[in-house]
Amino acid sequence: MELVNNLSMGFGVAFTLQNLMYGFIGCLLGTLIGVLPGIGPVATIAMLLPATYALPPIAALIMLAGIYYGAQYGGSTTAILVNLPGESSSVVTVIDGYQMARKGRAGPALAAAGLGSFFAGCVGTLILAAFAAPLTEVAFKFGPAEYFSLMILGLIGAVVLASGSLLKAVAMIVLGLLLGLVGTDVNSGVARYSFDIPELTDGIGFITIAMGVFGYGEIIANLSQPEDKREVFTGKVTGLFPTKEDFRNMIPAVLRGTAIGSMLGILPGGGALLAAFAAYTIEKKTKLRPGEVPFGQGNIRGVAAPESANNAGAQTSFIPLLTLGIPPNAVMALMVGAMTIHNIQPGPQVMTSNPELFWGLIASMWIGNAMLIILNLPLIGMWIKLLTVPYRWLFPAIVLFCAIGVYSTNNNTFDIWLVGAFGVVGYIFIKLGVEPAPLLLGFILGPMMEENLRRALLLSRGDWTVFVTRGLSASLLAAAAVLLIVVLLPSVKSKREEAFVEE
Amino acid sequence: MKIKSQKDFFSGLMFTVIGAAFAYGATSYSIGTGARMGPGYFPLLLGVILALLGAIILFKAMVVETPDGEHVGAWAWTPLVFIIAGNLLFGILLGGLPSIGLPAMGLIVAIFGTTIVVSKAGDQFNFKETIVLSIILSLMSYAAFIMLLKLQFPVWPTFISG
Repeated sequence: MELVNNLSMGFGVAFTLQNLMYGFIGCLLGTLIGVLPGIGPVATIAMLLPATYALPPIAALIMLAGIYYGAQYGGSTTAILVNLPGESSSVVTVIDGYQMARKGRAGPALAAAGLGSFFAGCVGTLILAAFAAPLTEVAFKFGPAEYFSLMILGLIGAVVLASGSLLKAVAMIVLGLLLGLVGTDVNSGVARYSFDIPELTDGIGFITIAMGVFGYGEIIANLSQPEDKREVFTGKVTGLFPTKEDFRNMIPAVLRGTAIGSMLGILPGGGALLAAFAAYTIEKKTKLRPGEVPFGQGNIRGVAAPESANNAGAQTSFIPLLTLGIPPNAVMALMVGAMTIHNIQPGPQVMTSNPELFWGLIASMWIGNAMLIILNLPLIGMWIKLLTVPYRWLFPAIVLFCAIGVYSTNNNTFDIWLVGAFGVVGYIFIKLGVEPAPLLLGFILGPMMEENLRRALLLSRGDWTVFVTRGLSASLLAAAAVLLIVVLLPSVKSKREEAFVEE
Repeated sequence: MKIKSQKDFFSGLMFTVIGAAFAYGATSYSIGTGARMGPGYFPLLLGVILALLGAIILFKAMVVETPDGEHVGAWAWTPLVFIIAGNLLFGILLGGLPSIGLPAMGLIVAIFGTTIVVSKAGDQFNFKETIVLSIILSLMSYAAFIMLLKLQFPVWPTFISG
């Protein structure tokens, strides 16, 4: 069994003291920012990226990955106890979770979320391990034309599945692609759009964009609304363990949530948020058992399913990143950045050229999930205390850490001016109702797309039909077209808009 | 002609202008042909696409009715100004501004300055509390960035540490 061999090698890597420690730090930080509303994994990972320069690549990736799936655990705590999503992927958990807390059943709700997440995390990791090898085989058959088409599919998928207005999202992708081209062109050596500013010839740092747009932009938007009155159910968390009846309701919901989450995580544009939505919708459609609490009034299935799904989705969204080198969502786009910082080109070759890194990262996820269940259930009291920290202490700290992080990437104050500018841009985006996540995806993919387009057209002597005459490439483009057409069908369109209004 | 959706109108305008600007900029680089793409080829293509998308959004904003006009709404000037100003101040204090002869004040001064200015962005500003927060953040940053991660930062003002 090759898989077992690989996994045992991975565990060997992940079980070293240093990697365990960084995994733990990642999970701890992830839970922390998951619990705190107003700061998400994108901003946190962007803030910490510069700090990982000094670490060995495997430790850095283990830590950053821990932040992402750790945030999925932490987000549910806030959703259940405060009626606020600590993380965007916990939006639907709020509905039934908070109602359970109001009825004095916060304990079982937290346990359902934690146990569901743990189960889903383990399954997601297994799927990641099992799928990685065969998908990598496929990836090696890809030429530049296929890669270009795959990126088109990925970008289209990302906006179709995950944003409000389709047109605006596509425009944001294109804007991101353009911003990604700023700096010296690798082929001709021409410094494009650098306005003779020496710092810009290296291109715009994606950390700068991510922090400005996601960090500052969102803080400004948050502050423009009056601080929510938070009603925290702190004293009432007693009796963590769910009853037998709870378990009977929970288990099928966890299984369904895990299955949906794992599938949606792999899709481009998928990941935790979409998975949680889909899982909740499906639970709502299944029949209630006699004597079961209706949805919206504290049904435990309404907590267990989306929480399992978001964690499974968080895990499996690593698959396209690790096998194809294509980031399916904004967090994965940052992981691409983390890998490039350490001179690892993401893509199918990672598995063969850095097997310790590849399998170590996967193994660390399982360990991380085990750490998280301990962090989140027995130690729940600690996180509840944290919820009493007011936002007015948090946002100065976030701004400060962003500024420090940006400066430390190049030890250059120019990046601080740039992140300020992107903060203003980020706020403008929010005011105009355009989503920033597609911009980041486009930004990461911009140079890769240009390079693959250049190579594909060079090989075909300038003939654009190469994208449709090669079978694999044509089917990828066809899939992208089908996605677009399906979304634009009138019936689907209205349904889709409804779903996003619920957010 | 009336604007039916303000948000779409201005975002469409933004995309059109930026797209056109990138496309115009691309014409100053060599464009080349498909088989031999010059540095201007891809940006020109994308700039034109972006400008077109912006134009479609703009057109829809003028034509498609929306129930509430989708107004952009009031700008939150206070948070915007103080957050960005705090960020810029951090850069100025940390690295100094040689152009006006301001020396680098180092990390600790920068943390105090930034925390105080940024805190003003909220609606409940309390000076004593902010000072306490600055002290905590200074200690945390010193421990995390200087001692643990060993990042190369000027910590104290240059005229003290030399």
